[in-house]
Amino acid sequence: MSGEVLKGEGLTVRDLRVTFDGFTAVDGVDLDIRPGDLRFLIGPNGAGKTTLVDAVTGLVKATGSVRFGGDELLGKPVHRIARLGIGRTFQTATVFEELTVLQNLDIAAGAGRGPLTMLRRRTGVPESVTKALETTGLTELRDRPAGVLAHGQKQWLEIGMLLVQDVQLLLLDEPVAGMSHEEREATGELLQRVSAERTVVVIEHDMDFMRSFARSVSVLHAGKVLSEGTVAEVQADAKVQEVYLGRVSEPEPAAVPVAEEA
Amino acid sequence: MTVVLNQSFTGISIGAVLLLIALGLTLTFGQMGVINMAHGEFIMAGAYTTYVLQKSISSAGASLLVALPLAFLVAGAMGALLEWLLIRRLYTRPLDTLLVTWGVSLMLQQLARDVFGAPNVQTAAPDLLTGNISAGGVTFANNRLFILGLALLCVLGLTLVLRFTPLGRRIRAVVQNRDLAEVSGIATGQVDRITFFIGSGLAGVAGVALTLVGPIGPTMGTNYIVDAFLVVVVGGIGQLKGAVITAFALGVLQSVLEYSTTVSVAKVGVLVAIVAFLQWRPQGLYTLRTRSLA
Amino acid sequence: MTTTLTRLRVPGAFLLGAVLLLGVAPLALSDFRLSLFAKYLCYAIVAVGVSLAWGRGGLMVLGQGVFFGLGGYAMAMHLKLTDAAATGEKLPDFMQLYGTSDALPWWWEPFANPFFALAMTVLLPMVVAGVLGFFIFRRRVKGAYFAILSQALAAALSIWLIGQQATTGGTNGLTDIQGFFGYSLDDPVNQRMVYFIIAAVLLLLMALARQLFVSRYGELLVAVRDSEERVRFLGYDPANVKLVAYVVAAGMAGLAGALFVPAVGIISPALIGIVPSIGFVIGAAVGGRASLVGAVLGAIAVAWAQSTLSDAFPAAWTYLQGLLFVLAVGFLPGGLASLWFVLRRRRTRPTPVIRTEEPVAVTVGETA
Repeated sequence: MSGEVLKGEGLTVRDLRVTFDGFTAVDGVDLDIRPGDLRFLIGPNGAGKTTLVDAVTGLVKATGSVRFGGDELLGKPVHRIARLGIGRTFQTATVFEELTVLQNLDIAAGAGRGPLTMLRRRTGVPESVTKALETTGLTELRDRPAGVLAHGQKQWLEIGMLLVQDVQLLLLDEPVAGMSHEEREATGELLQRVSAERTVVVIEHDMDFMRSFARSVSVLHAGKVLSEGTVAEVQADAKVQEVYLGRVSEPEPAAVPVAEEA
Repeated sequence: MTVVLNQSFTGISIGAVLLLIALGLTLTFGQMGVINMAHGEFIMAGAYTTYVLQKSISSAGASLLVALPLAFLVAGAMGALLEWLLIRRLYTRPLDTLLVTWGVSLMLQQLARDVFGAPNVQTAAPDLLTGNISAGGVTFANNRLFILGLALLCVLGLTLVLRFTPLGRRIRAVVQNRDLAEVSGIATGQVDRITFFIGSGLAGVAGVALTLVGPIGPTMGTNYIVDAFLVVVVGGIGQLKGAVITAFALGVLQSVLEYSTTVSVAKVGVLVAIVAFLQWRPQGLYTLRTRSLA
Repeated sequence: MTTTLTRLRVPGAFLLGAVLLLGVAPLALSDFRLSLFAKYLCYAIVAVGVSLAWGRGGLMVLGQGVFFGLGGYAMAMHLKLTDAAATGEKLPDFMQLYGTSDALPWWWEPFANPFFALAMTVLLPMVVAGVLGFFIFRRRVKGAYFAILSQALAAALSIWLIGQQATTGGTNGLTDIQGFFGYSLDDPVNQRMVYFIIAAVLLLLMALARQLFVSRYGELLVAVRDSEERVRFLGYDPANVKLVAYVVAAGMAGLAGALFVPAVGIISPALIGIVPSIGFVIGAAVGGRASLVGAVLGAIAVAWAQSTLSDAFPAAWTYLQGLLFVLAVGFLPGGLASLWFVLRRRRTRPTPVIRTEEPVAVTVGETA
């Protein structure tokens, strides 16, 4: 099932560095994320995961190189990077609370609209929006203001917004934080569906979630890539066990994982 | 050469007045994010405090000395009351505080008109502060020197309080992370009120100083308030040194422009310079850098 | 779901407004009251723009006096020149009084042309707003900074005008305007004509603003107000979104200023400084900044209260005005219009979309 036809562009990061007032948050990261990957970025707090995503999406200044398809991303303003097909979510779901689910998605679909379309009223629902409503299971709620959605539903709406935006690369910052078990499962399956056609990068703390759904994993520690590979490879890595997994997975026998990789 | 020196001194003394007024704002606007338009009326309250004192204590020098702490208390109390009554309900809507406090400012101005009358009043300056000192061809007006000294003293005092007292640590903690401060056991509401008390009190002190250089009237605050806010905008949020540098820089710029053009053109010039500056540093001269989205 | 009734609600309300403004008011009001009403409608035109930029876009536009003034001066300069020409003079009256030279300043010259002057009443404010907004929004200057800079601009313009007495009339402003494109403003019939023009412009601009509100642009503007950063990650440049609202609001304020001149016969620095600039938003705040009709009615009501009460009870009016700011903005951020929505919500489904920075009265009810 792992899909021969991989759509989307890959992300290539070389020697990425981000410094805040003398503190180096990302310290020479190299990453290669193939098209169609579902990559998890894990690491202890302060490892530089979110900062890495911030740098890729143009929110913080960085040195080095980040290439997506044929384009160098560093130095481009945020909205230009977004238009190249890179979308992200935030740790706390940020949707437009005063607008309905439908309006949220419609705005996400419209970055390329011309002024004349913008000045007219929305008539009907764009096809990509209908599709995203179905994919995220929000069709029933489309006329609700986003502000009244449950936490998990907001996260799904955010992912749906990335889908109608038709991004090729989704960068998700802790998408299942604070979700119930069922919501996690649903989100994981959603991510697997999404990654059939796009590249997905997930920052995550939840190890069970990672084991269930990751196709590949990068472990960050103190601003550097400590280890990279499949879930099994990473968990077998002594360095990783030392700084991170060792403590977390202590109760379980070291070799447990990964049987469920589909 | 003396022209340049004289002009620089004029600029520095304009800057000192700006600094004195803006100092309170660095706390209430800079640290707490509240746009308090009634700050100008706290200045007015300080000035009227001096006026009332001088009527009861005939010595100009003594009344000025008593006025400084008293005006601090009067304006500070007004500020704390305002914070308690209105502003604490509006911390989540900083822009709306601007309009609400503008309403308060209108009412306070009218109150001053009802109590003291609409026309401006004057206080007599102590003899010591009426003369000039000349050095190297440059004339220093004593009252201007006094204001400069007072401004620097206030900066020093405020720095010491913020840096070395438990109160100062609490203030900075609340500014940097309100939620964290709260769960660490700091009564943030109380800290807010005290911060506001000090910030407004400093406006009162500025009001005392202004009686030395101009008339006292119900609308005197309005003339200074926007300029004072601009000082904090350019200086950046959360650090005193930004306000100090900016106040003197704007003062000198203003006086140079006034000298080479006219007062009104100078105003426009300063504003253009500020917008240009913000192109370079949109957050102001100094700023606390954080990663948060907000 | 959309019954015929709800579909006709907006056009119906618009028609009702037109009948009231163009039919009932001119019949019911005396010449004097009608010309006062014309003045209030000018403030209402400014409020239409304020509702767009502030109510929908979250931009604290505290410098609308600048744009009102630019439009007003552009119009007044033309009318002063035609007044002077009508009496065979080369210079407007105040220039003969205070002026230092016999020649018209070069920047006055083009305003002799009516088309140029009319275009400038709208274009000049829009260009100034465009340039200022471009520089401020591009660099993501904070909302509070924007509010303060707007005020500083209003202060600077009025101080500059006062300083240039020989060419701008200084503190007095441009006064004693006699004619309006060849019609004498002393004639009550022509005053009524001015009223009709103002009322028609107000209705037109409300229709325009309404279209902007319900358009995709309007939805995007609300999105920018609520989470600018998120919009950026969707591939829009929020600076442009805000710029459009700011420039349109400036154009409306300019037009209002231009129409104010024939209605009242004067434009002066006192009408455009910090104090009147803040005054321009209070009507919108009282009525409901995010509601077009609320903002317009609020502006008219506050202007009416001001001119009715401020002469008779100046002190009481100032207290009342201050109290209005405190109560309306502090405790009813959705304005009186939000009360309307609260009442309506009981009967119909919740209407979303109106919010200040935090959830307030107008937000949707179901979570509560």
